[in-house]
Amino acid sequence: MTAFNALMARELRLAIRLGGGAMMAVIFFLTVVTLIPFAVGPDLNLLARIGPALLWIGVLLSNLLALDRMFQADQEDGSLDLMLMAPLPMELSVVAKVIASWLTTGLPLTLSAPLFGMMLNMPPEALGAVVLTLLAGTPGLTCVGAIGAALTVALRRGGLLMAILVMPLMIPILIFGISATGAAITGPTPFMTPFLVLLGLSLGAFVLAPVAAAAAIRFGLE
Amino acid sequence: MSTFQLRGDGLACVRGGRVVFEELGFEVPGGTALALRGANGVGKSSLLRLIAGLVRPTAGQLTLEGGDPELPIGEQAHYLGHLDAIKPALSVAENLDFWARFLGTGEPPHIDAALDAVGLGILAGLPARTLSAGQRRRLALARVVAVKRPLWLLDEPTSALDSDGQARLFELIANHLAGGGMIVIATHTDLPLATRTLRLEVAA
Repeated sequence: MTAFNALMARELRLAIRLGGGAMMAVIFFLTVVTLIPFAVGPDLNLLARIGPALLWIGVLLSNLLALDRMFQADQEDGSLDLMLMAPLPMELSVVAKVIASWLTTGLPLTLSAPLFGMMLNMPPEALGAVVLTLLAGTPGLTCVGAIGAALTVALRRGGLLMAILVMPLMIPILIFGISATGAAITGPTPFMTPFLVLLGLSLGAFVLAPVAAAAAIRFGLE
Repeated sequence: MSTFQLRGDGLACVRGGRVVFEELGFEVPGGTALALRGANGVGKSSLLRLIAGLVRPTAGQLTLEGGDPELPIGEQAHYLGHLDAIKPALSVAENLDFWARFLGTGEPPHIDAALDAVGLGILAGLPARTLSAGQRRRLALARVVAVKRPLWLLDEPTSALDSDGQARLFELIANHLAGGGMIVIATHTDLPLATRTLRLEVAA
């Protein structure tokens, strides 16, 4: 457990100290949300109706921004080589990095969503529903992103390719996240059905991502 | 003290469709160093990465006698490559502390002793981004000292080191060998210690 905790502490420290992880994603999220009313016009009813979808898209894109360097920074300075030679299996190293990444991007994005939702004239119950579904869905987004980041680890400018690779894989999470939010706000479909599927997707991604990402890294470094 | 021996038999390495080397064999008994020599691009680094488990051999076999049979050789070896694995945003001590905990087996690491051994003791609190190339090299070397592993794989360890740094490096190498450890070292400089030499030549 020492090695696992040490890696997580290092990731958190790096994210906070560079100011890169948490703040950048949240500020990008803010700019995306700010742009929308300029694009669709000041129709408050329309904004309130599409608000949950906009917040979800904003979180998805901001999350991608932070994930792209997840393994690449360690590959460039040789850290990834040493991680493969550590007693801690690469799969668990990926878990530590995923958890740290979620704590520094997924969680701040989720917590800032209701604040930005107010800018879109969303009612309080809709804000609550968005936070709840984001809380369930962002871990899944981070996990899927980790697979993409691992696949592109050896490529010098892999960021864009990574986004293209993982965005289609994020569609199921997006669909069930937004349908659960919609069900909570307007009905008439029950909330729990899409919400449980969303939780299932996140949990499945959490199981699959470490194995897939570790395999991709081993292969990519050869 | 258990006696170690690292042995490679009939090793071959193909990278990017090109045969780097084949039918390569060597032995490194405990307490000795093997120097890899040869022109640039002849496969010295590839061989070290192969022993470290970072590259899979195309053919052949590597065995570490006297080691833990449960563990891959990579987990019983230190790899000091061209990259120093240092995060500029962390301090010197934080960098070393992380690697010591991450690579170690649980006991609390001796950070200060390792930093003193490479002459970085007084810089412990500085951010690593302020280090010079030679100081970064020393910090990477401190990692090798801080965690005990029987096999050291050193790739051009003297690069960027000044004469004091080189003297410390050779002293650490001598201590490691005296303790029964093994070293495989790729270098172009003359080493002030008895080594056996494996000369690699360009494959025809």
